[in-house]
Amino acid sequence: MSASAAAIAADVRAGTRTARAVVEEHLAAIDAREDEIHAFNLVTADAALARADDLDRRIAAGEDPGPLAGVPVALKDNICTRGVPTTCSSRILDAWRPPYDATVVERLGAAGAVAIGKTNCDEFAMGSSTENSAFGPTRNPLDTSRVPGGSSGGSAAAVAAGFAPLALGSDTGGSIRQPAALCGTVGVKPTYGRVSRYGLVAFGSSLDQIGPLAASVTDAALVLEAIGGHDPRDSTSIPEPSPDLTGVLGGGVDGLRIGIIDELMGEGVEGIAADVKARVEEAAAALSAAGAAVEHVSVPSTVYGLSAYYLVAPAEASSNLARFDGVRFGLRVDADTAAAMNTATRTAGFGDEVKRRIMLGTYALSAGYYDAYYGKSQKVRTLIQEDFGRAYETYDLLLSPTAPTTAFPLGDKTGDPMLMYLNDVCTIPSNLAGHPSMSVPFGTGDDGLPIGVQVLAPALDEATMFRAAAVLEEAAP
Amino acid sequence: MNSPETPRLTRDDVAHVANLARLTLTDDELDAFTGQLADVLDHAADLEALDLDGVAPMANPFPLVNVLRTDTPVDHDVRDEVLAAAPSIEDEQFRVPPVLGEAP
Repeated sequence: MSASAAAIAADVRAGTRTARAVVEEHLAAIDAREDEIHAFNLVTADAALARADDLDRRIAAGEDPGPLAGVPVALKDNICTRGVPTTCSSRILDAWRPPYDATVVERLGAAGAVAIGKTNCDEFAMGSSTENSAFGPTRNPLDTSRVPGGSSGGSAAAVAAGFAPLALGSDTGGSIRQPAALCGTVGVKPTYGRVSRYGLVAFGSSLDQIGPLAASVTDAALVLEAIGGHDPRDSTSIPEPSPDLTGVLGGGVDGLRIGIIDELMGEGVEGIAADVKARVEEAAAALSAAGAAVEHVSVPSTVYGLSAYYLVAPAEASSNLARFDGVRFGLRVDADTAAAMNTATRTAGFGDEVKRRIMLGTYALSAGYYDAYYGKSQKVRTLIQEDFGRAYETYDLLLSPTAPTTAFPLGDKTGDPMLMYLNDVCTIPSNLAGHPSMSVPFGTGDDGLPIGVQVLAPALDEATMFRAAAVLEEAAP
Repeated sequence: MNSPETPRLTRDDVAHVANLARLTLTDDELDAFTGQLADVLDHAADLEALDLDGVAPMANPFPLVNVLRTDTPVDHDVRDEVLAAAPSIEDEQFRVPPVLGEAP
């Protein structure tokens, strides 16, 4: 893997390396392996080089472009980029060019970063393997017979393959953390509202958060500092400044109280592999050795997260995706009436997983079933948030696996949606509660593939979460 | 959730929601989706065991308040870009087939 984002930015700001050289080096890495990996839907090579030249001119003129000067960043293809196709890996948005940049794109630009391309994902971020992309799957750079996870699988693969030191993903039920775990990178889901959703194509609006994927905890911290903070264009944006993370990374965990969630270690949810549990216990021991008081804790309602999520998220998706009607943007399949055109367009434009979730959500919201499904799952969200609240009265942080297993073979779970959904069992509770959590690589499984440990924190306490992540990174085998 | 008030999802239910969601399914798709969606709802039957009386539903992780900004006009100047992205336009408006046709 090439140099870290922090090292690149330091060199570019100091003038010892040009942004152009950095971008060329990463484009060469993409050329060498992209055919095999398919991390990107689009590589914006010309725009990236032009942008690098502009940065180099500014640096030559004595300007400082910012903390991410010259660092290539890969953007998940559900994040709007002005004039640059943004497809959500769906036929229904094939070749759509947004008329504006997402806030996170503006902020990365203001920090000096260079957008290098749009990454493949599960269609509309619905999936856990990137096999639901209309443009074909992404492969795991560490073993191309395996999936990279999903839905931000292209972003995780881009970082793991050295195509870009940094990437942005979106996380509705684990879509940043799970692929990060399966590709051996760091992945962060910030507190709900910490990062603006303006310009993120909506899936589950009360759950969606944009966050970083990076090769190191420091690099992830640099990105979150750059993209976080209040945005008046997102009404759910928390009116707080971006947290200082790089300044506290070395703070350690001495004196912190950390709880391992029993239910997510297999004493509640099923399917957590023995090697995954072993790595989490070793991570806990490392935190303990660094001075934290670590013990097991029960957070009982986390067991119900998966069921609640697969009612809440599809319900919100069915509403959000009503906008894809063939009228204002994207695909249109003509028909004699407007309603027939809507139906023909949606039938041709959406893939099977998107149709499944739209129908599931429509059912959960429909007359006679609203209380039994959507209403009930909203109450379960309250239970989960309350349970976390009780745990955080005693503990500063919680710990769990990120994903139940290491990366699985392509095609292994595509025939059984429920089996695929079980990948999200450890990551979903944080989304339902609105809390931050992150995946940190910690050793490998019996098959030699990476395992991620999930660090969970109460709302707005990314700083403590990153301190523990830095300790785990240092201690990782 | 197979309690008396929530019977197992049927093929007709799926056909109904597909119509509501403006999707057309083939017979084979209808069969496949019915089984798959029923699997998800069966998994969600574990929520039946919970006592949720008196628990407030959560629509958003944090208390929602009205967010008001200063009412300052801004010219986004993207009209041409927006119209250029539409499948069909006429006189700077989105053009659609007749709305008052027969229902699908």
